[in-house]
Amino acid sequence: MAKSGNILFKNHNKQKGKRNLRDVLGLPYYIVVLVLILLPFLIMILYAFSSTSDGTFDITFSLSNFGKFFNEKTFINTMIESLYLAALSTIFTLLVGYPLAYFITKLSRRKQVLMIALVTSTMWVNMLLRANALKQIIDMISPSLMGSNFVIILGNVYMFLPFMVLPIYTVLAKLDVSLLESSADLGASSFKTMTKVVIPLSLSGVISGCMMVFLPAATTLVIPKYLGDGKRFMIGNLIENAVIQKHEYGYGAAISIVLGLILLFFMFLLKKTDKYDEVLDYEQ
Amino acid sequence: MNNKKHHFRNVYLWVLVAFTYIPIISMIVFSFNSGRSLTTWTGFSFVWYEKLFADRDIMEAVLNTVMVAVISTIVSTIIGTLGAIALSKNKKVFRETVMGISNIPILSPEIVTAIAFFVFFGAFAIEKGMTTMILAHIAFSTPYVLLAVYPKVKSLDKDLVSAAYDLGATPRQALFKVILPQIKVAIIAGAAIAFTMSFDDFVISYFSSGTMVKNISIYLYTLKRGIEPTVNALSTIIMLIIGGKIIYDYVKSGKNKVEEE
Repeated sequence: MAKSGNILFKNHNKQKGKRNLRDVLGLPYYIVVLVLILLPFLIMILYAFSSTSDGTFDITFSLSNFGKFFNEKTFINTMIESLYLAALSTIFTLLVGYPLAYFITKLSRRKQVLMIALVTSTMWVNMLLRANALKQIIDMISPSLMGSNFVIILGNVYMFLPFMVLPIYTVLAKLDVSLLESSADLGASSFKTMTKVVIPLSLSGVISGCMMVFLPAATTLVIPKYLGDGKRFMIGNLIENAVIQKHEYGYGAAISIVLGLILLFFMFLLKKTDKYDEVLDYEQ
Repeated sequence: MNNKKHHFRNVYLWVLVAFTYIPIISMIVFSFNSGRSLTTWTGFSFVWYEKLFADRDIMEAVLNTVMVAVISTIVSTIIGTLGAIALSKNKKVFRETVMGISNIPILSPEIVTAIAFFVFFGAFAIEKGMTTMILAHIAFSTPYVLLAVYPKVKSLDKDLVSAAYDLGATPRQALFKVILPQIKVAIIAGAAIAFTMSFDDFVISYFSSGTMVKNISIYLYTLKRGIEPTVNALSTIIMLIIGGKIIYDYVKSGKNKVEEE
């Protein structure tokens, strides 16, 4: 900043040209942010709080869309079930993914790169193709499992494992080895080192991993479609149904906002645990 | 004891690699099945690959996907990069406001963003189709490009730009000859993120494109008669391309390392 002040004195004209250019450069981005990001979200909120049921916009304020949602038992139940399955899926993904990330850090440098590539490369493959691949394998092994909670959770673990492993691995790989050595030198068993040193220090990775699994697992359309055997409906499917089949704009917007707020609250809780533990770490 | 531990570790790692790849390998294998079945093997053939290239719906979906991905990547890379350069020189309050808003689609669940676009296009009575899909893709990938490029712009040596001006460069020359070459790697990374996100996107495309235009994901999702082996053939081709790219990167990174050593 001080530097640009200097230039301003020396070279008034050029500075002006620079400023103009800067504003012009940024303009398309500001337009995208305002028109294609902020405006759609604002309009969604407006629609949720109006009595609009079809596409035409009605400006009168109304909570009818929210009222409708909270009065419909199927919706509430589906919402709770979706969150419950997403939570279970997140826990299982963590239970599988944490040791995986941990073991990978114990390999040689070159093998680590290979292993991480092997485990996370499926992130780049279309979700629907992967869900379809999993469906085919389950059909081959035990078709009667289709539609069960077990298969839904298995599907989530399969889909989102890379999103759990990557952030945990990143944190664990940066962990100072001397900390583990000193823990052992001070007489801690390897189990104790794990629970008292490694896990607390990798908590930030665990939390971002959990967020990256929980969010898509709670809102997935793909898993119930491929693994639900036509009888499982999650909250995403209900939103889809309200909006795409029934064209209930305001209603769809209202459910989305409720869902968004609930998930935001969960994220907030997760973040909170992180901060709390950080404080604890310092105190110890 | 130690040996046993290593043993358990290796078994665990390989079990999970198997868990990741068995479904994919099985799908690849059954794309070469002569019969219609996706679970019982009847013989080797390329029939599903022939059918795939003759299937106009699938080919159209592939073409749409590539077209949307290419256009939205080019547009969002240019807009995001210029935005990063402009924002890095702006006042903090303004910058943080803009970045805060552009974080909304990154932090929101995909379906919420998708509904926002659905309602938005509906409210302005814009007919949903290819254009709206491209607009939605530009909207969700531009912030990612900005996130990829911004740190690099921020770490640029300001003296270099000043030096360029002192040596008589016009603002345009400073941009093209000094700033852009230095942030090239970050721009490519941003473009790669934008492209894969667009190519793989389902939820936002589904809600922003209406019923007529389909990308690969929408085509798969709305397939009435269930998955056919042609889809396996398509998956196989896509996965071979992605796998090839990953192996190429891995081998290349290994070579670079050897050279460094």
